[in-house]
Amino acid sequence: MTVLSARPERHDTILYLNGVSVAFDGFKALNDLSFYVEAGELRAIIGPNGAGKTTMMDVITGKTRPDSGDVYFDAMTDLTKLDEAAIANLGVGRKFQKPTIFEQHTVFDNLELALAGDRTVWRALFFRLSQEQKDRIEEVLETIALTAHKDQQAGSLSHGQKQWLEIGMLLMQDPELLLVDEPVAGMTDAETVQTAELLTSIAGKHSVVVVEHDMDFVKSLNCRVTVLHEGSVLAEGSLDSVAADERVIEVYLGR
Amino acid sequence: MTQPSNAPFSFLYQDRGGQIFLSLLLAVTLLVPILNVAVSPESALHVPSYMVSLLGKYLCFALLALSVDLIWGFAGILSLGHGAFFALGGYAMGMHLMRQIGDRGVYGDPVLPDFMVFLNWQELPWYWYGFDSFAFAAVMVLLVPGALAFLFGWFAFRSRVTGVYLSIITQAMTYALMLAFFRNDMGFGGNNGLTDFKDILGYDIQGDGTRLALFVASALALALGYGVGRFIAASRLGRVLVGVRDAESRTRFLGYRVEYYKLFVFCVSAMLAGIAGALYVPQVGIINPSEFAPANSIEIVIWVAVGGRGTLYGAVLGAILINYGKTYFTGALPEAWLYVLGSLFILVTLFLPKGLVGSLPAFSLPRKQESPQAHAGEDKPSDTPHPPSPTSEARP
Repeated sequence: MTVLSARPERHDTILYLNGVSVAFDGFKALNDLSFYVEAGELRAIIGPNGAGKTTMMDVITGKTRPDSGDVYFDAMTDLTKLDEAAIANLGVGRKFQKPTIFEQHTVFDNLELALAGDRTVWRALFFRLSQEQKDRIEEVLETIALTAHKDQQAGSLSHGQKQWLEIGMLLMQDPELLLVDEPVAGMTDAETVQTAELLTSIAGKHSVVVVEHDMDFVKSLNCRVTVLHEGSVLAEGSLDSVAADERVIEVYLGR
Repeated sequence: MTQPSNAPFSFLYQDRGGQIFLSLLLAVTLLVPILNVAVSPESALHVPSYMVSLLGKYLCFALLALSVDLIWGFAGILSLGHGAFFALGGYAMGMHLMRQIGDRGVYGDPVLPDFMVFLNWQELPWYWYGFDSFAFAAVMVLLVPGALAFLFGWFAFRSRVTGVYLSIITQAMTYALMLAFFRNDMGFGGNNGLTDFKDILGYDIQGDGTRLALFVASALALALGYGVGRFIAASRLGRVLVGVRDAESRTRFLGYRVEYYKLFVFCVSAMLAGIAGALYVPQVGIINPSEFAPANSIEIVIWVAVGGRGTLYGAVLGAILINYGKTYFTGALPEAWLYVLGSLFILVTLFLPKGLVGSLPAFSLPRKQESPQAHAGEDKPSDTPHPPSPTSEARP
């Protein structure tokens, strides 16, 4: 995998959540949630509907402010003080559950807009793509298998291709931490396998947190699994060990 | 085609509809003065002076429509209060023209405009200072609408007011300004507004030559406004704005500060509307608070919708056609006009959702150059319905 620029491996904590609680009208979406992700780690998060997976992503990316608790990025930066754009520019990329791309733009333009760099208004007005940046976009187009579709309107892609385009946009951002919400929803089996390979190859240089319902997919990621239930961590460990956990079977897998 | 090349003015080369529009505008700008001056008044081809001012007025409305399209068509900001920026630009110009009257007013006061003498004011209010200078007034034409847009946008966009809520508060803004300008003690002539202008830059404002000059100035302003709008639309900033329009949260999570992008384009748009107002006032000879009326601002949106949004020239076409229709119908069948306008809006929304230019093949964007393997690679049919668009025609 040469798509992402090399970054030295770090063994400190990239993401640290401690005692995070969020309530919406009395409903506790997150209830004293604590968990952390190491730099370069690939982590899968599973849990039944309403377990707080998406709310957790909202808290990390600045969309939702926690009522209490700490959220730190890279051990130093307090994410609860920043807004979405600042957190994105720190190096946190997010893929939404429903593929969210710029439907009216071409595939190429979608990636170009995601390109890491200065985000000020003035620079955007006089922006010109360098050859290096073009090459980088071509490289990512190869990775997400959309080279043949680069001039096509993104809205006309298939659902699976849209998912990949959004992952490609994350790669363009070159973030330290990727939050990926249900990346294989609506994908064919072959696409699912390729997505698992892609995410596994990204991990190491980048930290990746994947929320997913598809157990076969989680198995193929072959990584540490965190089970959420009613807004807090129910179990954590390898997929086999959490799958053997009585409480996990009761609330989730057994159903 | 998706990326601008590095050649200067490349943002205009790749824009076929824009080239057609600018050529037509140039032809009209050259032809009207010739037909006005060189053709004898008996000839059927003669363009009388009142027609020159009427056409100049249409061009001002076209620039106003273009300014609304810049924010609505590209950034998805539906302003129902853009008439306010137009009127403020108009008032700035009107204040200069009032000061130019000097002692030729009815009361003959060398400094105070007639309405202030009538109200028994003893001295010029401080905010009228400087307007005797044309240069100062010209700066204010840009600065006042720009500053109001900045202030309004700063609070609205930072608070993430979007969609219909934003539209409603823009209506409230223009309505509040209308009520304020109706008040005599605001010092802008109250109900009657500013009128009885004598001359502009030393030339008789009613003179045939002045009318022609104002017409040409309006055409130039429209061309300039088109150039600015097109430059923004073709830049990365323009692509970010379309991204904001279609998927605002995606844009935020890519690290763009959406509020600053909206604020920038909102201010540019307000200043273009201000220029349109400033050129409108000397051609119609009056500016009064009715220009702030909420219905006016809604009408601008109809011009843009009928012409076709997101193209800039579509807005121009819509503004000119509807205003021509208005001139015609209010003369021929005055009571029918509002019904015509209403049905036009409904019919266009139902049958031409992309407006008139979206339905004209000549204005379609040049087709994207697709490589042969682009077609070969399309073994997967699209499972998502998407609205027809010029670019989608290129697909098999």
